[in-house]
Amino acid sequence: MNKTDNILLGHGSGGKLSHELIDNLFTRHFKNPILEQQSDSAILPINSSHIAYTTDSFVVDPIFFPGGNIGTLAIAGTVNDLAVSGSKPLYLSVGFIIEEGFPIIDLEKIVISMAEDAKKAGVKIVTGDTKVVDKGKCDKVFINTSGIGELNEKYINISSGKGIVPGDKIIINGSIGDHGMSVMAARNELNIQTHIESDCACLNHIISDALNVSDKIKFMRDATRGGLGTVISELVSDSNYGILLNEDQLTIHESVRGLCELLGFDPIYVANEGKVVMVVGSEDADMVLSTIKKSPYGKEASIIGEVSESHKGMAWLNTSVGGRRVIEMLSGQQLPRIC
Amino acid sequence: MKYIDEYRNKDIVQYFAQQIKKISTKPIRLMEVCGGHTMSIQKFGLPYLLPDTVELVSGPGCPVCVTSREYIDRAVAYSRLEDVIITTYGDLIRVPGSSSTLEREKGKGADIRIVYSILDAMLIAKKNKDKKVVFLGIGFETTAPSSAAGILKASTASLNNFFVYSAHKVMPPAMETLIDEGIQIDGYVGPGHVSTITGQGIYENIPKKYNMGVVISGFEPVDLMQSIHMLVQQFENNDPKVEIQYTRVVKPEGNIVAQQMLDEVFEYRDDWWRGLGILKNSGLKIKQKYEKYDAEKMIAVEVEETIEPKGCICGLILRGEKKPKDCGLFGKVCTPSDPVGACMVSSEGSCHAYYLYNR
Amino acid sequence: MCLSIPARVESIEEGIATCSVGKSSYRTSLDLISNEDVKVGDYVLIHTGFAIQKIDTGEANKILATFEEFKELNEEMDKEEAIHNKRLI
Repeated sequence: MNKTDNILLGHGSGGKLSHELIDNLFTRHFKNPILEQQSDSAILPINSSHIAYTTDSFVVDPIFFPGGNIGTLAIAGTVNDLAVSGSKPLYLSVGFIIEEGFPIIDLEKIVISMAEDAKKAGVKIVTGDTKVVDKGKCDKVFINTSGIGELNEKYINISSGKGIVPGDKIIINGSIGDHGMSVMAARNELNIQTHIESDCACLNHIISDALNVSDKIKFMRDATRGGLGTVISELVSDSNYGILLNEDQLTIHESVRGLCELLGFDPIYVANEGKVVMVVGSEDADMVLSTIKKSPYGKEASIIGEVSESHKGMAWLNTSVGGRRVIEMLSGQQLPRIC
Repeated sequence: MKYIDEYRNKDIVQYFAQQIKKISTKPIRLMEVCGGHTMSIQKFGLPYLLPDTVELVSGPGCPVCVTSREYIDRAVAYSRLEDVIITTYGDLIRVPGSSSTLEREKGKGADIRIVYSILDAMLIAKKNKDKKVVFLGIGFETTAPSSAAGILKASTASLNNFFVYSAHKVMPPAMETLIDEGIQIDGYVGPGHVSTITGQGIYENIPKKYNMGVVISGFEPVDLMQSIHMLVQQFENNDPKVEIQYTRVVKPEGNIVAQQMLDEVFEYRDDWWRGLGILKNSGLKIKQKYEKYDAEKMIAVEVEETIEPKGCICGLILRGEKKPKDCGLFGKVCTPSDPVGACMVSSEGSCHAYYLYNR
Repeated sequence: MCLSIPARVESIEEGIATCSVGKSSYRTSLDLISNEDVKVGDYVLIHTGFAIQKIDTGEANKILATFEEFKELNEEMDKEEAIHNKRLI
């Protein structure tokens, strides 16, 4: 298989070309004994009474951006969906839909970076699929994933936040708005030059470190589409508590702030791909914070607010000038195709 | 960020908040007529800092919101023509027309592109000589000069496949009509960027005729709080006048070059404002001299009959008579993701800003 | 629509300025302020691809200095009020 070639319809047909692609690209880089069996189904051992299961599709435009690409996004997005439920991510499936004519060298770049990130995260890509469509029928490459993690029963309420009470603290592991604005800038449709790196990262290690030091972590969610603002407003809706965030405690990188100002975007609603929002019992908050800060993905972590008894069902932001405004769910049209 | 951050200083904001509390003895209703002010007031949570005597009301300051349904219907009709590329600012793409939106037409295959500047639209025209590129020119006096500059450039370069469909409007007629119609206001927070172009002269009639003040304000929290303080002071001393708070940008005479360009390319016409009806000499029409670039003159198209939606009170909200929460559709049928009226579509619209920052 | 925002002129070439706002830079036409003497290091207000006015930094700095005075005056008055336990104004 010549790396300077482009993807042909034959690469998705199941015949010789398909096998060449799978052997030379996918199996070669996603190396593991389960995948190498190349059976129709991957047979997987599981050591828990519950499994966490997630699926996601990635159509980001452009496919390469500072800090990542569509493949690393796929790995991080799937691993994080599992990790924030309190589960230990183990196995991923990856399906590629590729446009005829897509350069193989670009595909390999994506696959290699996926393999690296999967390895760092300690997950295995155990099964996959490849389809090729006629030129013009998809935009370069789309990726679909699914993921399985082992879930210990004691973490079963973490996704829903059932145990949250007034006084609990809200922690985020770093700056907000980087991914969405990175992709926006990389689109190059604007006359704007800037360099913003996506925060795309697998958070399962940082999360398991936190879970190991505290059993007062009551809720976790990754702040992807719709950003921090959406996580908070979803959490608080129909609840019997309120949430108060402090704008002064949010970390927003200057380049992100500048671009948001130029384009009129609100950073709290911009997508992130390496940020987890946690609600932690107040007695453990400082300890969880210092644990997270030890990780390379937690250096800018901070306590950004708390759960309150008043204004039930509503989330407020204390603004940097001492004013106050409601954090409501965004309708989601700020930035199209950012993940 | 220089000349931005200094005006977001918490201590200074708090200082003005305290001063306003000290001097305000009677109820005062202040209207702002600029989408940027609407957003800023809500984003920084300024109403929380004001005493109960001071009420802020949002007027027709969002150019998208006051654009007629008919304009959208015509834009949609243009987009359906085979040889037309529509170029538009992002806000307009989801504004409801009688039966469709530009976004929906895009989904059906129409060539509609979001641009951030008329210059981008002209580049598209240069690259697509076989197509007619129509730029949807919306905005008040802040934005109209860039359309004028664009048309002058097109004329110099003989860019004959480039057209502007003007919905540009000017502020003072709307500001005066609101008061003529009896809307209860005690002062105007004057539009900072419109005034950058026009200067302060266009508001002089307001204190003279209506005995109320206009303070031309910047957009940062310090600017707005200082402007509100100045207005309250005028009101308490019964000393209405036009003042400039935004002195670092607004000159009393405004931007002369921009005014000259406007004068060269545009002339006034009567125009229809959502919520206000037809206002004399409130719209900008491309002069005959430049009609080659006027989409209305050069591109023939059939437009469907305009139908207004039931229950939508955008008009009353734009006039400051009602608040978004007074609308039966607000938050239930009409939301940012599924807007009925223009006030909800535009990110600068009262309803949209209210929905995001204030429910 | 883009907002209007103060940006620093980093370079100028044939009537087009490259301006920066907090590490992002943006190409802007100077057509609407062609009568102003715009130099590198100046601040301009940009809107939909055009600079619509040059920022009077002298005026801005003067006003900001006044704010500092207000702030100090306020802090002193707060202290006085706390000591005497009554409002001074």
